[in-house]
Amino acid sequence: MAKPRAQLLQGNEAIALGALAAGCNFFAGYPITPASEITERMSREMPARGYPFIQMEDEIASIGCCIGGSLAGKKVMTATSGPGFSLMQENLGYACIAEVPLVVVNVMRGGPSTGLPTNVAQGDVQQARWGTHGDHPAIVLCPATVAQCYELTITAFNWAERFRTPVVLLSDEVVAHMREKVVLPEPHEIEVIDRRQPTVPPDWYVPYKTDGSLIPQLANLGEGYRYHVTGLVHDERGFPTRRADEVEPFYNRLFGKISRHFADLERVKAYQLDDAEMVIIAYGCTARAAAAAVRIGRERGLKVGMLQLMSIWPFPRRPVEEALTGKRLALVPELNMGQISREVKRVNDGRTQVLRHGKMDGSMITPDEILGRLREAK
Amino acid sequence: MSEKQAQALGRVETRLAGSGGQGLLLAGLVLAEAAGLYDGREVAMVQSYGPEARGGASKAEVIISDQAIDYPLCTRVDLFLALTQEAADAYCWDLKPNAWIIVDSDLVSHPPSSKAVRLPFTAAARDKLKKPMVANVVALGAIAEITGVISRRGLEKALLARVPAGTEALNKKALALGAKLARDAAGQAPSEGQATAHTEDM
Repeated sequence: MAKPRAQLLQGNEAIALGALAAGCNFFAGYPITPASEITERMSREMPARGYPFIQMEDEIASIGCCIGGSLAGKKVMTATSGPGFSLMQENLGYACIAEVPLVVVNVMRGGPSTGLPTNVAQGDVQQARWGTHGDHPAIVLCPATVAQCYELTITAFNWAERFRTPVVLLSDEVVAHMREKVVLPEPHEIEVIDRRQPTVPPDWYVPYKTDGSLIPQLANLGEGYRYHVTGLVHDERGFPTRRADEVEPFYNRLFGKISRHFADLERVKAYQLDDAEMVIIAYGCTARAAAAAVRIGRERGLKVGMLQLMSIWPFPRRPVEEALTGKRLALVPELNMGQISREVKRVNDGRTQVLRHGKMDGSMITPDEILGRLREAK
Repeated sequence: MSEKQAQALGRVETRLAGSGGQGLLLAGLVLAEAAGLYDGREVAMVQSYGPEARGGASKAEVIISDQAIDYPLCTRVDLFLALTQEAADAYCWDLKPNAWIIVDSDLVSHPPSSKAVRLPFTAAARDKLKKPMVANVVALGAIAEITGVISRRGLEKALLARVPAGTEALNKKALALGAKLARDAAGQAPSEGQATAHTEDM
């Protein structure tokens, strides 16, 4: 057997390959810098496997197309950047309320609006959580390496299928265009989860009636099961309702199907935190600068460690609380004016000083900037 | 072991800069694959470009190391290749003292340091190979010869795996030409500079 071969892979390519490994068999999208390489790669890979690849007229149509594909039983993905992600917000809410499994990749660039198309930013962190209107659950993952792009895309598909909900993979321009040497896992090493299917005959089928899992077993459209899909709050049969005794259980179930699994949805990576007096909490490309700051800081005798957030929504409260416990200082570097530092401050019990380091000049935060900020605060 | 060879073993930060269309991203890709896939080192590469389809500043940064790479961008550059004056001016401020600076002698009239190695990549590609577009590969040949951060063998393998079928011979020639330009220049006293015979053709 051939030895696993290392390859030089771009973050965006790793997302495309991760999607294929997870079983993606439907892609609709509209190219946009810095996410175009995902669409480009999928435009070659999907037809080669006999799967649909559709370049739609815009991002609204792209996500709409994916929702349709998913309801027909396909494992779907679309990829975009800020301007396109803004356009997708309404349908993202639709996928959430209609419980349609869907993976949306948003590669962050400078915004708002057209902003800085080719520059890196992390300004869509709260948009990924709250971009669509109405209160709703959200699952958002955030890679910092090419290997994590691959791994978290598979996780995004698995969680979308398992919980029947849209999952956002929030990358950024640096991670997207960065190339690194990776050895991808063999297919048998990869866990793939597919949505559950109804086990009752079509005549007995009640689409949104759930068992203890709180997750409906929605049939693939076209397989003989009939049900109604709507963006309105609906009853167990899928038809609109305004009855308080149906609306409240609906929302409780929509949130509950995810919130009861919060602990499983926390993905973090700790670097040298055991004896640390200071902690850097970082995500995406900024985690790379933070890791370098830890390395250089340690060489200079600073007791500093790092917590990388690979899942940012639901906010990984417990590991962040643990990382803050007993630390004198926490620094949250990010390429925005404080979207995650606000969350860290929210979960901080008040004994740790939490500082933010925001940067919005279109370039990456450097290890020196982080070290400088730690020195000032010392 | 020379000081330069020792320098090539730790974290080496390389920056290839020029104008969009000069093939610097491809050069970066080949450099990264040579080091990562054929020389067995850790590599990370990032690229930066403007919104233009062609033209505009373009650069590729490749970090080569024997350890896992945390920060994937250059912080203090060990090896700087500049193929335009604009790139030489824009990206020279964070060079390490003693960094290898390699510039196109015709397109960069004021290199950032008098120690810069000035070689006529574009002119040589045009005059000797009749293909100015392989100037990037000529430059890679010179980089391998001058710095040793990548092996010549690894570079050749990585290059041939990347380039379109039918252009292998041309690309091999371009690599060899770059190495020869570098060797010839090293034979001259560095203070004399490398005024080239090609300039009069322009």
